[in-house]
Amino acid sequence: MPHSLSTQDVTSPSGLLLVLAVLVPFIGVLAGMVLGGRGAQRVAFVILAAGLAIAIAIANALVQSGDTVVYILGGWAPPLGVALRADGLAVIMLLAIAVVIGGIGVYARADFGTPPGVREARAPLMFWLLLLAVWGSLNLVFVSGDLFTLYVALELLTFAGVPLVSLGGQPETLRSALRYLLYALFGSVLYLLGAVLLYGAYGTLDILLLAARVHPEPVTWAAAALMTVGLLAKTALFPLHLWLPPAHAGAPAAASAVLSGLVIKGSWFLAVRLWLDVFAGVVTLPSAQMLAALGAAAILVGNIVALRQARLKLLIAYSTVAQIGYLFLMFPLATGLAAAQIDSTAAVNGGMLQAISHATAKAAMFMAAGLIYTTLGHDRIADLRGVARALPMTLVAFALGGASLIGLPPSGGFLAKWLLVSVAITTAQWWWVLVMLVGGLLTSAYVFIVVVRAMAPPSEGWTPRARVPYYQQVAVLALALCSFLLGMAAFCPVDVARIGRAVVPEIGWP
Amino acid sequence: MNAPTLFGLCAAALVGVGLYGLIVNPQPLRKILAFNLIGCGVFLLFGAIARRGAAVGMGGDPVPQALLITGIVVAFSATALAVALVLRLFDETGSVTLASDAPAKAQADPPDA
Amino acid sequence: MTLALAVDISLTLLVLAVAGWIIAVRDTFAAVIGFVAYGLLLALIWVRLAAPDVALTEAAIGGGLTGALLIGAAGRLRKTEAATRAEYPGVLIRTLAAILAVTVTAALAVGVLALPDPAPTLAPAAVASLATTGVGNPVTAVLLAFRSMDTLLEAIVVLLALLGVWSLAPDRAWGGYPGPRHHADPDGILAYLARLLPPIGIIVGLYIFWIGADLPGGKFQGATILAAMWLLVIEAGLADTPPISRTWLRVLLVTGPLVFIAIGFAGSITAGAVLAYPEGYAKPLIIAIEIALMPTLVLTLALLVAGAPQRMPPQ
Repeated sequence: MPHSLSTQDVTSPSGLLLVLAVLVPFIGVLAGMVLGGRGAQRVAFVILAAGLAIAIAIANALVQSGDTVVYILGGWAPPLGVALRADGLAVIMLLAIAVVIGGIGVYARADFGTPPGVREARAPLMFWLLLLAVWGSLNLVFVSGDLFTLYVALELLTFAGVPLVSLGGQPETLRSALRYLLYALFGSVLYLLGAVLLYGAYGTLDILLLAARVHPEPVTWAAAALMTVGLLAKTALFPLHLWLPPAHAGAPAAASAVLSGLVIKGSWFLAVRLWLDVFAGVVTLPSAQMLAALGAAAILVGNIVALRQARLKLLIAYSTVAQIGYLFLMFPLATGLAAAQIDSTAAVNGGMLQAISHATAKAAMFMAAGLIYTTLGHDRIADLRGVARALPMTLVAFALGGASLIGLPPSGGFLAKWLLVSVAITTAQWWWVLVMLVGGLLTSAYVFIVVVRAMAPPSEGWTPRARVPYYQQVAVLALALCSFLLGMAAFCPVDVARIGRAVVPEIGWP
Repeated sequence: MNAPTLFGLCAAALVGVGLYGLIVNPQPLRKILAFNLIGCGVFLLFGAIARRGAAVGMGGDPVPQALLITGIVVAFSATALAVALVLRLFDETGSVTLASDAPAKAQADPPDA
Repeated sequence: MTLALAVDISLTLLVLAVAGWIIAVRDTFAAVIGFVAYGLLLALIWVRLAAPDVALTEAAIGGGLTGALLIGAAGRLRKTEAATRAEYPGVLIRTLAAILAVTVTAALAVGVLALPDPAPTLAPAAVASLATTGVGNPVTAVLLAFRSMDTLLEAIVVLLALLGVWSLAPDRAWGGYPGPRHHADPDGILAYLARLLPPIGIIVGLYIFWIGADLPGGKFQGATILAAMWLLVIEAGLADTPPISRTWLRVLLVTGPLVFIAIGFAGSITAGAVLAYPEGYAKPLIIAIEIALMPTLVLTLALLVAGAPQRMPPQ
């Protein structure tokens, strides 16, 4: 059922902020390239603050105007030109990403500072430039209203994410990075193929115009299938998940946080955007069920394999594989509600909450694992004793992040699962409830194991291998608290996700 | 059967051939070649669509043609990044296998094939 | 069956045959050579599809630069042929892959045949707005006026790929020279060509860049030719790649996108929207953007082929 989206295509008063949200991080990359070394790090911190301010300003503009924030680039309206649009969903993601990147930036200051006496070092410079590039690409994914611009955004995201995997330079990470790149390129080319078919059939690449013109026919089904499979490969949904665990586990801790927490969300958001907006009248409930079935498989496989891991970073990476499965449970729930002509906002809210609570929690957990590695010199789960004594704040942060993944109140994960479960019951799709319960149980098993091992007292006379700066632990705890307290969003007075997405049930839709 | 339809079907076949090569060939450089084949297939399809959009005295729809130029450049840069990764992997380990259980250290060169 | 259709059918069959050969042939080096031929055949197909700009780009970048990149890599990886051949998958995977490939091809073929007639097109809209942009080539108008954001992002994408390639340098070689130092016989044919061709190539490249405003051509094709000339000089050992720590290199690399962004934001003040052009100034601004982007593109394209830094930085 096509949602009636905001039909005005005129630049909003504060629309320029959308352009800034996209271009300011890239200006930072360009400036950082020239300034080099420590200059790049300083530029990055300036951009971290500026970008967060821009995201808050966009959120403010959205809530004040009560409608989508639009910007028509160059004054050329679609279909000839390109428009940037930020509705409630996009703004939520913009804000969440800005906060998480801020936390990662603060944390990474210790790991990726240019060593004294050296004018410029490879890994530090590259990290800051790639961090900004990931941010700009993600913002572009969230606000772009044109399918080809979104393709370029996906490529930007890939080129920024792949070098993060091999940032450490070890041979195994090179192999993981190459595998990731091949999967990602495969995904983008399938996505482009779908977009090309849509242009051939409907003569436009603009999301709003396509939403109005699209109707169910073979070309559209083929395009939807191709684009979805392509985005699934980039989001590492089972069974296309094989590239993710070695890639995310092998990267340096801050880079893993970016990859698991943020980069994955880009292609997922695009899939949501396509299914909710462009293909709303085309996708059927059975196809959405198939997508969620893959998600359920991901939850089971990911959690079970995570339980068997010996190393902490690999455990967290497999946990990501499982959590990605949750992100796709919202698809049949949103479609099911639409079929029953009930407002599907609850399911969409659940999916969004799941995404940002995972982003914050997973970033915190990977960064915590990095601190544990620095302190112990290894990350073997069996030998984690002493961590509670040496890094109490970090262990609490890990536990809070884990609680959000399990779905304990008042975390964002709890609220997300609550919303999804209630929708599942309303639409009589109770089997997803079972999947979420089992997933929660399995997740709690390995979080429990890690925390218990870490709380064991250290052996006699053990001292930490290295001291980690206080602010790193604070950054990790701050992000974990964000995830843990996200459930309070239930008390938010404004239903942000709904802005710009007025639902008009169509009578007689089969 | 006019030119755009013919080349559109050709594009479909190219995508299939490239897909087969991507899955089957274990050598990363061959996978990169296969990916380029798929990409060219997609571009060819877009070009056929552009030709079908000929109107007002022009030979083709200029919007897809412009986007194709962008696409070709992006595909080249993707190939460059992938090739750089393969070469670096070779420099570090002496082999370019993508299997996860490969040795991590460089070995003595195998005898020339 | 008209002559044109016969030519099209022959081109199609040839391209499919070469594509099949690329996938099936055992030697990687041979496959890469086939790929270069494939690129040139595609360029011919673009001409048949009335897309001369795309034909130029495909021949230059798709066939030329990509071919050079892959030939260099295939040469270096010759020793790994035997080892990877041992990993060739069994019959089951190959059958499944073939089924998948056939399914996708069939689905696409159905899609192609199901495309609507008359085809929806943006050509009338583009031509109607062409006059305000001041350029005569509609493809250039789309690239630098109607959808200039995509071109700006593309310049950034290429730069980002270069950063990714640089990040693969070993730590000891950071800031150093990309690629190996080439030496060629000073009396040999390569050195001779490297002295003869660049002046001609530079003129041709600049010409193609300049006429892109009104005729097929443009900055991508022109920049590729200039980059190729530079690479030729480097290959012959007459010049060396610049160390990536050089400030002039970094500045030239970022100038293009920065000027583009600056003109874009200026447009929000003078013409009411970012990346819009004020009345009557469209063509000069477009040319300014293209001129600013040329050094960036030449350097980026050439350095993408040159590869990651391998030799120590200058002291």
